[in-house]
Amino acid sequence: MAKVNKAFRPVAITANDLRSGRVLYRTFEGGWAPDVARAEIARDPARADALLAAAKADHDRGVVVEPFAISVDPVTGMPVALREQIRATGPTVGIESEH
Amino acid sequence: MYRYDEFDSDFVRQRVAEFRDQVARRLSGELTEDQFKPLRLMNGVYLQLHAYMLRIAIPYGVLSARQLRKLAHIARVYDRGYGHFTTRQNLQFNWVELARIPDLLGELADVEMHAIQTSGNCIRNVTADHFAGAAADEAVDPRPYAEILRQWSSLHPEFSFLPRKFKIAVTGAERDRAAIQVHDIGLQARRDADGAIGFAVYVGGGQGRTPMIAKKIRDFLPESDLLAYCTAILRVYNLEGRRDNKYKARIKILVHEMGEADLIREVEREFEGLRGTPLALPAAEVARIARYFAPPDLAELPPHSVVLDSRSAGDPDLSRFVRRNLTAHRAPGYTALTISLKAIGEAPGDASADQMDAVADLAERYAFGEIRVSHEQNLILPHVRLDDVPALHAGLQAAGLATPNAGLVTDIIACPGLDYCALANARSIPVAQRIAERFADPVRQDAIGDLKIKISGCINACGHHHVGHIGLLGVDRKGEEFYQITLGGSADETATIGEIVGPGFPADRVVDAIEAIVDVYLRLRHDASEDFLAAYRRIGAEPFKSALYAEV
Amino acid sequence: MAVYDFHAGAFRDDDWIFPDDDASLPAGKAAVSKARFVAREEGALGLVLTAGDTLDGLGNALARVELVALRFPRYADGRPYSLARRLRERHGYTGELRAVGDVLRDQVDFLARAGFDTLDIVHPGTIEALRAGTLVRVTRHYQPGARSERPAGYSWRRVSF
Repeated sequence: MAKVNKAFRPVAITANDLRSGRVLYRTFEGGWAPDVARAEIARDPARADALLAAAKADHDRGVVVEPFAISVDPVTGMPVALREQIRATGPTVGIESEH
Repeated sequence: MYRYDEFDSDFVRQRVAEFRDQVARRLSGELTEDQFKPLRLMNGVYLQLHAYMLRIAIPYGVLSARQLRKLAHIARVYDRGYGHFTTRQNLQFNWVELARIPDLLGELADVEMHAIQTSGNCIRNVTADHFAGAAADEAVDPRPYAEILRQWSSLHPEFSFLPRKFKIAVTGAERDRAAIQVHDIGLQARRDADGAIGFAVYVGGGQGRTPMIAKKIRDFLPESDLLAYCTAILRVYNLEGRRDNKYKARIKILVHEMGEADLIREVEREFEGLRGTPLALPAAEVARIARYFAPPDLAELPPHSVVLDSRSAGDPDLSRFVRRNLTAHRAPGYTALTISLKAIGEAPGDASADQMDAVADLAERYAFGEIRVSHEQNLILPHVRLDDVPALHAGLQAAGLATPNAGLVTDIIACPGLDYCALANARSIPVAQRIAERFADPVRQDAIGDLKIKISGCINACGHHHVGHIGLLGVDRKGEEFYQITLGGSADETATIGEIVGPGFPADRVVDAIEAIVDVYLRLRHDASEDFLAAYRRIGAEPFKSALYAEV
Repeated sequence: MAVYDFHAGAFRDDDWIFPDDDASLPAGKAAVSKARFVAREEGALGLVLTAGDTLDGLGNALARVELVALRFPRYADGRPYSLARRLRERHGYTGELRAVGDVLRDQVDFLARAGFDTLDIVHPGTIEALRAGTLVRVTRHYQPGARSERPAGYSWRRVSF
């Protein structure tokens, strides 16, 4: 068991808002927020499963779409993958990045 | 251009009402996401990286000033003040809310536009030569046929749930500017010795994971058989195309696996059964549609413009613009003018709402209110008096739209890539920007001459990298962006799939690699009249490979 | 069992039986799979085709068939639409064409226009909408359909009644 926990990488749960489509993160309070800094970080598989199950329940209730887990840095809480960094902070280029 | 009659208008309104009902059912929970997804996709609504994205059809790339102004309005009111013109002559808005899309579609319907079939496994927006009706080398105007195909394919009861998406492109010139040989069906309208119109029919071209050049299956399909023959092709594909693997579901794979001869036999057999049905196109109906595309009221002018010649002699910016961004028009004294959406350092194909309004104003003032969108992600004013070019150029300069780089190394096609797209593996736009910045010097661009660089952020190849003279494919290598380079691709009448030169380059070395390739070309070309593609075809990949990989 | 009848615009009772391949053929109106239909000379009056089946090998037997049921394994599998057209156009089939399976209300008009006569469907929302007559439909069409529709302007256009 200890070995599994050691290999586990912390995750946060993300999805998109059904109505607006905006990127959301599952928060400590059990809601959703657009700011990745407010995401609850699951540090073991059991918590990750529980968060994902709650997110899927919100999916089935028509609150969010396409929930999934993303790896995050255990210290900063920022997403590890470039794709998820861009989802969290917006496009790196173009008219949008000048906002 | 085509104008909606009451029937078209009713159709689009009904479709908006249907989609409004679908969205309401989704929001109320009657439809699950799995059930809703194919329905929203059939109306151009994706869930992308950051938000919903709406893809609006610009049928065969033809826009009026009024429509462009409406798109500017939508950009401001429903989105974040800009839009992205795509390689399929569509426009994408990146930040729309699902709940507001029905209203947005209602506004589009007000100006005879829609988002029908800009996605989904159906017949997509039909594309065409962006110089249609203007180009000096055109034999037949493809727009009436593209319009007839647009109508026939709209909510087609038999072909709305195909194995995969299906793209049709039409041209009417020997010089192929519509990339017809990399489409599911490519049509070249032409005339026979008696002047009758027919089509060379190409099937099974495509890019993506398995790029293929289409096979010509008819040399001259009579005009009246257009819809019956396309129906036959689609029916064979719908029944026989693979549905077990989405990467093998396009018609190009069917053509490959079935073999050209068997495919032709099946299509012709199906076609036999469709002859003489109401699908036959009466010449009078084609003529009625064609009247919408009658040329504007062009004046009789001398072939050269004294005004333009003298003004550009004293204005290097204008002179460069004239050299690069004007295309020969069929009428003396006129030109087809390219508005580059590739300003150095900007995202290829992006236009702000203000720029859209500016183009609409200029089009109304100088170009009969007509605009085209090219698959190269630029805008075109198809009918401009040469005498008006200086004033138009000044207007474009004021809007930041006078970049004189059409067809040059900085006129780069790029898909949205990982900055926006849920499918992408790597970013495209920043690479395009850095290449453009490296080659920003206009004198250097001129010296290099015609060169098409095309960048895709994943193997779906929306950035057409397979057919770029230099193609870049972004891949994810253990979390790092890498770019694979292909050389020698071409989307014109000499369509060729580019060859992969070797291992990919990391993001911080890819611009150097492009520069090395360009330097090899400059060193080995006969002279400036031998463009990159011609030189590559003569000397092959080896000199480029050794320059890229020798010292490693 | 009730099926939706496009011609009546309403649900009606239906007495077709769909025996499994290993069950004996019941008396009355029975529809069997293509494999059974082709392999056994038992005179079934109905034929069940699944997306992916071809029309090859049916020979002249289609002439006596009164029902062809086309199964949609997933509503996004569009093969039955083309099978329906081919049955009518190439094989001259004039009996009842029935769509069976995963169909949403958004496909109802496509089915009608592809030449289907009846629907045997399971989606509750769709059944309810058909019963209540609350389908939001597009009545302007850019293609000739299999059903009689009013021509409208250009030769390829139709308006449904």
